[in-house]
Amino acid sequence: MEEHLPVLVVLVPMLAAPLCLLLRHRTAVTGFAIAVAWLTFAISVLLLLRVLDQGVISYELGGWPPPWGIEYRIDLLNAFVLILVAGIGAIVATWSPASISVELPRYERHYLFYTAYLLCLTGLLGITATGDLFNVFVFLEISALSSYVLISMGQDRRALTSAYQYLIMGTLGATFILIGIGLLYIMTGTLNMADMAVQLEGVRDTRTVLVAFGFFVVGISVKMALFPLHLWLPNAYAYAPSVVTAFLAATATKVSVYILLRFFFTVFGHEFAFGSMRLWVFLMPLALIGIVTASLVAIFQNNIKRMLAYSSVAQIGYMVLGISFASVNGLTGGIVHLFNHGLMKCALFLAMGCIVMRCGSVHIDEMRGLGRRMPWTMAAFVAAGLSLIGVPLTVGFISKWYLVLAALEQGLWPVAALVLLSSLLAAVYVWRVVEVAYFHEPRAVDGEGAITDAPLSLLLPMWALVIAIFYFGISTEATAGIARMAAESLLGTSP
Amino acid sequence: MADVLGLYNYWVVIVLMMTGFYIVVARDNLIKKIIGLSIFQTSVFLLFITVGKVEGGTAPILAEGFDVYSNPLPGVLILTAIVVGVATTAVALGLVVRINEEYGTIEEGEIHVQDVEA
Repeated sequence: MEEHLPVLVVLVPMLAAPLCLLLRHRTAVTGFAIAVAWLTFAISVLLLLRVLDQGVISYELGGWPPPWGIEYRIDLLNAFVLILVAGIGAIVATWSPASISVELPRYERHYLFYTAYLLCLTGLLGITATGDLFNVFVFLEISALSSYVLISMGQDRRALTSAYQYLIMGTLGATFILIGIGLLYIMTGTLNMADMAVQLEGVRDTRTVLVAFGFFVVGISVKMALFPLHLWLPNAYAYAPSVVTAFLAATATKVSVYILLRFFFTVFGHEFAFGSMRLWVFLMPLALIGIVTASLVAIFQNNIKRMLAYSSVAQIGYMVLGISFASVNGLTGGIVHLFNHGLMKCALFLAMGCIVMRCGSVHIDEMRGLGRRMPWTMAAFVAAGLSLIGVPLTVGFISKWYLVLAALEQGLWPVAALVLLSSLLAAVYVWRVVEVAYFHEPRAVDGEGAITDAPLSLLLPMWALVIAIFYFGISTEATAGIARMAAESLLGTSP
Repeated sequence: MADVLGLYNYWVVIVLMMTGFYIVVARDNLIKKIIGLSIFQTSVFLLFITVGKVEGGTAPILAEGFDVYSNPLPGVLILTAIVVGVATTAVALGLVVRINEEYGTIEEGEIHVQDVEA
């Protein structure tokens, strides 16, 4: 049993998804999906403990040894990402029942929602767990297809067009990645990542590999919504149901960042990708422009979900910025921010979900006086918002600390200054909401006591995340420690 | 010249790829975009299949008198990719049906106008 953990983390949600279709009964499916999500999370925790204990785990699918068979290879980096994805999956699933009964009235068949949800979770976990390039593509499409379906469930009809737009962009991105995989396969004759890293020795500078490299850069950039390829993201996040937004915002783009790390550090090797190909020349400016532009745009959004979506684009910029330093501190910052941003963005979108449930809208005018009407929800929003700004004692501070450290280490003080400056932009857009919610009079039309705080079933999962934000912000050993070890192994500076 | 003709399949791949990509970018009609997307994906399938063919090779079955075999793996991979492509097209068409129900049009420009007015 124990040795099958790497595949179980993917198999459990994958097999559970069609079972939801068979169960059909509403309460049964909801309970089942939540149980499965928590079971998956438990497996991912066991996996991380095992990796910390024994080092890299290699699992041979069907008993076929790599490089012929498909290998699932769990090291610290993907065990860390698995925990994030499975953890967010479990928390959002627990949060979901009350919210979807309000937000998806048209979809009486809720089992379809949970089927798509579990499939999406499967895809994201699969991308992370596998050590096989083609497997990455297949899981990428599993997660993408189910997320198009999830997004299109939004109440606003614009959800449909944004799902369509995401489908076109996402498929183009995934196909670009497929082309890259094909070209690498031509040159190496293998699909196993570890084996390919060895086989690429000597053919790295051929034109085929260079073209593959280019396709990967563009394909992955689309998938992780790196500026200026982020256009699908704001609408998709703004019009999807709150549950879906909270889940995707915290996991989907993060897993794409993981693909970036895996492909360019494990497969191509950082000396090639950042040394001779100078990938940072491409990534760093885009990351910086993305951070500033998306933060500025976020300030002018009146739909708060859309505002947070633009903030997500900016935060992806921080992760990519960290990676583009290609140093231990930079990568640590990038990886730890991947985790931290997952926590805080999920908490923020869950807060939005509570507000949608009570007010029916996330327009900034609707939020007047909500600080008094929904104190717990707004307190969670403020706490997660502080983390987004990067206030000490929250996780956001840890990420920015490493990013600034990495920038100063390489003498790039303007970059460090820009990171700090952009935190002020984040402060501006978080403050807009705080000001409206706490310092404006509540809307009179609602009458006294019309809007009450969200029910406990919504508040508890959300506050679990908020507590995690502070816990990991104060005791940094767990997250930053693992991120540092993962960064060192990616750069090959640790044994 | 022999090189150009010998790489016939790859030229077809490039032409199809660019055609599909152009349709996705340039067309306003949502169905046409999906068609373009399919052509784009198909060109990649063709690329993989072409790579698998070994000149003078037979199907990879052990038999007396044959020692050159074509590579079966790309074909298998593309079988999976075709399924993914079909699923993508199905979801996309499903979305277009719903968009048509809600907006009464499948022209991107007209949808945009309706969204701005709303």
